[in-house]
Amino acid sequence: MFVVIVGAGKVGLNVTRSLTRLGHEAIVIEQRRSRYDLLLPELGERMLFGDGTEIWVLEKAGIGRADLVVAVTGDDEDNVVISQVARLQYNVPKVVARVNNPRNQATFDLLGVDATVCAATMLMSMIQHELPVHQFVPLLSLRRENVELVEIAVTDETPAAHTAVRDIRLPAGVLVAAILRGGTALLAHGDEVLLPGDQVLCLLEPGKEKALIRSFLPSRKPEDVQAGTSADPGDR
Amino acid sequence: MYVIVAGCGRVGSSVARQLAAEGHDVAVIDEDAQAFGLLGDDFPGQYVVGAAIDWDVLREAGIEGADAFAAATDGDNTNIVCALIAAREFEVSCAIARVYDPLRARLFEEKAGIRTVCPTLEAQTMMVDAVRTCPAAGKGG
Repeated sequence: MFVVIVGAGKVGLNVTRSLTRLGHEAIVIEQRRSRYDLLLPELGERMLFGDGTEIWVLEKAGIGRADLVVAVTGDDEDNVVISQVARLQYNVPKVVARVNNPRNQATFDLLGVDATVCAATMLMSMIQHELPVHQFVPLLSLRRENVELVEIAVTDETPAAHTAVRDIRLPAGVLVAAILRGGTALLAHGDEVLLPGDQVLCLLEPGKEKALIRSFLPSRKPEDVQAGTSADPGDR
Repeated sequence: MYVIVAGCGRVGSSVARQLAAEGHDVAVIDEDAQAFGLLGDDFPGQYVVGAAIDWDVLREAGIEGADAFAAATDGDNTNIVCALIAAREFEVSCAIARVYDPLRARLFEEKAGIRTVCPTLEAQTMMVDAVRTCPAAGKGG
């Protein structure tokens, strides 16, 4: 596979190294002269100096034959434009982009950049996963594939508590995947019984979050349970 | 007409002033409150401090009822992205971005449904015309 990466910061550099190690052909574009000079001894011809939002620079990198473009600069506008140029001008089959500020996630979604990675949002999910106060945590969203992985708490009020997985009535579009109990995960085989205090990992279709919360935590307002769990407004 | 101008530099502020003088309602967005000084004390329009790619900032500037959106910040990519947001999310029928790079200006105009203004091409045309009309221009190669 041939991959063009834009931005040789920590993320871009490590992506370049990993892809190369896996036997792929990768080239990374970097526009900061000092960063370029620093990495040149290691990367050599696998790095190109220039502004990766400039079409001629992308062409010099070989975007026309790229199987994948990875836009991981520290600037969201640049990452959006790189993704758009890759798609509109070169029909690159796959584009992955980094979202620096979670506030900009909606813009990437709007413009059809379906594979995005936001470190701030992922970190927040992991923090919520570690904190017992959160009863609902979105862990992973595969937008293109239309599936999400979330974690939800089983409490005394959960109707499905003390019920075997095969007998639980779940909303349409929701599947129980695993049960977290005492620090380990049990795959949700049909005869496993949910207990208050468990966390349940569910696979669901996007938009089914509220239905899931209502079925597990009937006395809570879904909006309150979800508050602060999605891409949270950061600083402007 | 209700017009939003993003970026209050030399171009943005002049565009805002001129449109306001022609009787249009104008709102100006800039990240730096000091930039609004370029509009002068008598500017009748609205100011919003914030990033023009931030949907909440755009809403505060009244984008939901805007007839036109003109992006003239100092970044080509910022202008492209906020014009795309105006056109796609807020359905502003006329979204315009200033883009210095002629290649990106053409690409986004042809394939992304926004209008672009490329000062580089304008300057190039004017420069070539100016040279052509020099007294010595008839001399040939």
